[in-house]
Amino acid sequence: MNRNLYRQASNGLARVFVYGTALVALIPLGLVLAYTVLKGLPSVEHVEFFINSFRPIGIPGGGVAHAVAGTVIMVGIASLLAVPVGILGGVYLVEYGRGRGGDLIRLAGDVLVGAPSIAIGLFAYALLVAPFHHFSGISAAVALAVLMLPVVIRTTEGAIELIPGSLREAGLALGLARWRVALQLIVPAAAPGIVTGALLAVARAAGETAPLLFTAFGNQILNLDPSKPMAALPLLVFNYARQPYPQAQQQAWGAALVLVVLVLITNLTSRFVFRRQIALAGKL
Amino acid sequence: MAYGGLGVAESKPADYPARRVAPVVLKALEGASPTKLAVASLSFYYGRFRALKDISLDIPEKRVTALIGPSGCGKTTLLRVFNRMYDLVPKARAEGSVRLDGMEVTETTRLLELRQKVGMVFQRPSPFPLSIYDNVAFAPRLLGWGRSRVAEAVETAIKDAALWDEVNDRLKDPAASLSGGQQQRLSIARCLAVKPEVILMDEPCSALDPVATLKIEDLIDRLARQYTIVIVTHNMQQAARVADFTAFMLMDTEERYGQLIEFAPTTDLFNKPTDPRTEGYITGRFG
Ligand SMILES: Nc1ncnc2c1ncn2[C@@H]1O[C@H](COP(=O)(O)OP(=O)(O)OP(=O)(O)O)[C@@H](O)[C@H]1O
Ligand SMILES: [Mg+2]
Repeated sequence: MNRNLYRQASNGLARVFVYGTALVALIPLGLVLAYTVLKGLPSVEHVEFFINSFRPIGIPGGGVAHAVAGTVIMVGIASLLAVPVGILGGVYLVEYGRGRGGDLIRLAGDVLVGAPSIAIGLFAYALLVAPFHHFSGISAAVALAVLMLPVVIRTTEGAIELIPGSLREAGLALGLARWRVALQLIVPAAAPGIVTGALLAVARAAGETAPLLFTAFGNQILNLDPSKPMAALPLLVFNYARQPYPQAQQQAWGAALVLVVLVLITNLTSRFVFRRQIALAGKL
Repeated sequence: MAYGGLGVAESKPADYPARRVAPVVLKALEGASPTKLAVASLSFYYGRFRALKDISLDIPEKRVTALIGPSGCGKTTLLRVFNRMYDLVPKARAEGSVRLDGMEVTETTRLLELRQKVGMVFQRPSPFPLSIYDNVAFAPRLLGWGRSRVAEAVETAIKDAALWDEVNDRLKDPAASLSGGQQQRLSIARCLAVKPEVILMDEPCSALDPVATLKIEDLIDRLARQYTIVIVTHNMQQAARVADFTAFMLMDTEERYGQLIEFAPTTDLFNKPTDPRTEGYITGRFG
């Protein structure tokens, strides 16, 4: 009797605690979203905001087209670099990475995930900016790719591990080479999970500022050539928000809203795709 | 009569096709079929645990050989030696010899060739997440066969697996939409498509209902003249129905390794077992 009461009490307490912490975690997210929407909406209401690029202070109609283009191009290039390599890396870890080599790669990946992104930006600067004496979108894309790589590797590994071993056995039993089974049977079966990982990595890369500071550098005009300095949404927010002019600050909020929405959409898509992976894996 | 009605003749349900009796007896009488898989002094280890000890048997060509025995006696382990599936298990190793025609299975480096020759059907059907057609075409395509050769191999395989009439109008549907029994026949078709010589089946019916089981047994019956089939089964009636030869395995009570107790034509093994342990098992006294 007494014991039952105690159990109920501790159960109730635990529940309150769990909901409480969930709420505490959600409050900042809600506040950030609400505040960004509130402050950014006035900018985003105008179509020119998405069509135009930089306008000097005092001249109306400034927009973020150049930054959106830069972000899309640089994150695109970074994805082209990081996603294929990351998928191969993940496949390697599952198929052949049982021993020391695999553990080393896993460790390297974990360290890389935790590495300060500014350090990765410096690395790209030393490698691709300093020797050529000018900033470029490419160097930023490389920095972002380094950032994305471990995310893609680990999520690929996780997605493949969700696929039951019976599928691999069935493939091998047909006399197919191991790498073929891995790349042509297992990877397609794990595709939704892998796409999820790629999207998470994209979302992360799109929101990064530090790796762009001394690589992409920023640009005031619309530039589609990645061998030259490029604008990017987070850079633009960083630069405009520091200025004393309300007009620039207003645009910074608008750009921040665009960025948040882009990242949010990418994240939600990745969740949706991942559900499909779980449903698919359940059927195998 | 002595063995609790488990002899071949008695084990047949009334509605089971009677034609099976003749071939079993005939084949058993006709006896000498060349050996397809010659197993000699085979021991098998998972790390330091010895799972099989000193197994020798000659599996005859184009016959059905059943492996029976209580759970854990090493039937699956033995089957997986034949196509080197154990390579996937770290620290697993085989000692002794298994010869497939001229090839030493335990040592060969031509794994892909071996596995193409020795196909395997698993306990649970494992359809690839592809269409019915693509499931069967998957391996032939990767093996680089031409378009028309693939198409022909796929159709023949599905027909040989007694699945054609049920799926020919829905070949593009996902394989997962098939019933369990159909999926298992699809697995067999997938295996037939690469033209194996030996087919290993590990309890292929254990996840199926009696009707689906009967269909698979009929299928095994029809394939028996073209392929060497080794089937693991927990069901002694099934062994009696489909197998020409039966091997009875048992786990050593102390060291827990699996050993071969008796290997004989199925009718002999069930009707006049020579080892008391076989007799005990088939009369249900233990195991
Ligand atoms: N991967 C493995 N690692 C270690 N030991 C294993 C492994 N697979 C099987 N064994 C052991 O080897 C012995 C034989 O197992 P096996 O699966 O071959 O038996 P089985 O006759 O097929 O049994 P069942 O009828 O239950 O399928 C068992 O003692 C089992 O625990
Ligand atoms: Mg088994």
